Amino acid sequence: MADSLARTAPSRRELAMLWVVGAVVFFGLWQLVAGSGLVTRLVLPSPVDVVTACLRMIVQPFAGDTLQDHVLASLGRWGLGFSLAAVIGVPLGLAMGHWRLLDDMVSPVFEAYRYVAPLAWVPFAALWFGTGIGGPTMVIFAGAFAPCLVNAYRGAQLVERQLTEAAQTLGAGGPRIVREVLLPGALPSIVSGLRVSAGLAWQSLVGAELIVVSSGVGFVLVQGQSNLSPEIVMSAMLAVGVVGLLIDIALRAAERRVRRRWGQKQ
Amino acid sequence: MSEIIFDHVGKTFPRGGGIIKALDDINLTIGEREFVAVVGPSGCGKTTLLRLVAGLEMPSSGAVRVGGKAVRQPGPDRAVVFQQFALFPWKTVRENIAFGLKCKGVDRRKRDEIALKYLELMGMVGTEDSYPHQLSGGMQQRVAIARSYAIEPGVLLMDEPFGSLDAQTRTVMQEELVRVTRVNPRTVLFITHSVEEAVFLADRVIVLSRGPGRVAEIIPIRPAREEEKWIGKASEEVMETASFGRLRAHIWKLLRQQMQPNSAKTSA
Repeated sequence: MADSLARTAPSRRELAMLWVVGAVVFFGLWQLVAGSGLVTRLVLPSPVDVVTACLRMIVQPFAGDTLQDHVLASLGRWGLGFSLAAVIGVPLGLAMGHWRLLDDMVSPVFEAYRYVAPLAWVPFAALWFGTGIGGPTMVIFAGAFAPCLVNAYRGAQLVERQLTEAAQTLGAGGPRIVREVLLPGALPSIVSGLRVSAGLAWQSLVGAELIVVSSGVGFVLVQGQSNLSPEIVMSAMLAVGVVGLLIDIALRAAERRVRRRWGQKQ
Repeated sequence: MSEIIFDHVGKTFPRGGGIIKALDDINLTIGEREFVAVVGPSGCGKTTLLRLVAGLEMPSSGAVRVGGKAVRQPGPDRAVVFQQFALFPWKTVRENIAFGLKCKGVDRRKRDEIALKYLELMGMVGTEDSYPHQLSGGMQQRVAIARSYAIEPGVLLMDEPFGSLDAQTRTVMQEELVRVTRVNPRTVLFITHSVEEAVFLADRVIVLSRGPGRVAEIIPIRPAREEEKWIGKASEEVMETASFGRLRAHIWKLLRQQMQPNSAKTSA
């Protein structure tokens, strides 16, 4: 009991060690099960098989491209869908935070949309925007849009009312208040929204790439499945996980930075 | 023209299913370049009075007119100085002061020039690139006053502007305000809960009665100020004069009556 109360945050070195321990235990157990002979390689490839497959794909193209090129193709789509979600979601959220009328109009539609999983958009995305760049981008957009909007909206509502009133009495109109008061005031909240949104966008990616024709990690995954190569399917999953982790680390750092600067200023 | 007229102004707020009467039948004229302070027991609607002139609230009955025109929305002809300063934390001192000018479409060079001029007036030169959080409370309020002055409003609305400052800073700021409003006279509506502050600063003091707020009495201060030459004197010297003591005691007596619920009705 006392132990859990006295619990303190681990230092950087301790943290790195804990990560290593966690990874070793996870991969060790996996290797143990895969190598025990209880299951065949088709059901569960060993981590060694998967890493070998990864390395092979880095030098030898699979399904038309090397693994890193597939990752880059995925990142391109992710970037496009995510940026689009941010560019539309953040201003709309801020505007809804300022104009009540817009809020009342958009909110019901938005609340319903939030419950539709990004994958559910796949048929329409393919129908409307094709299987080239448009379709997958729309699926990613559908996954990323909600947190962009919600966090901008909540952030705008948390901006001190006195600041918007001061701006009004100094002669600022609505668009200027949104731009110069709500946007900077809501920035910490917007950045957390962007982080969540980037993660969801990356998650929606595999779904998006189920409808894409010739590249991307999702495509590798589907190709691995039809080739009956479970180690390739797992390689693709591993790539998705690692890249997702890196995106999250980068955006967390950005978020901390904004919070530190903004926290100081009032 | 920046005369403020309250014409049979009433204001009610919905609260918990019922309505609360905040102000009732206010009739008042604040002349061009006159400095009027409003005191009253807390919750008497002082701030509501100011927000009606600012255009941040609309009257439930009657009309508020500034310069002959009914107030419908906030505007740069009526600058507000808030108790909590309300400076933009992400803007520098210069950008804060220049904000209203930017809204007016004044170009950048001119804006910076005007901002500097009012920084000078407030004795703040050298802080233009600081952020508000780097300044003390008194300094922040100076920036807020400079920001209001920079848009050259006809009316200055001050809502307990020194209420969150410590006593010494507060005294200095009062003297500063006397100096600044002498160089740069404006029609001022000043809300405060400090009787001394009201008597020290204002041409007239208005005492509001408690819930709903009505004008209990209007006390002229200007004759005493001119007779005993308060202007230019330090606040402690002014407070030693006989007329100051008499006015302060009179206003205190009125306020005390407002705090006793039974006698409140007969006082005005």
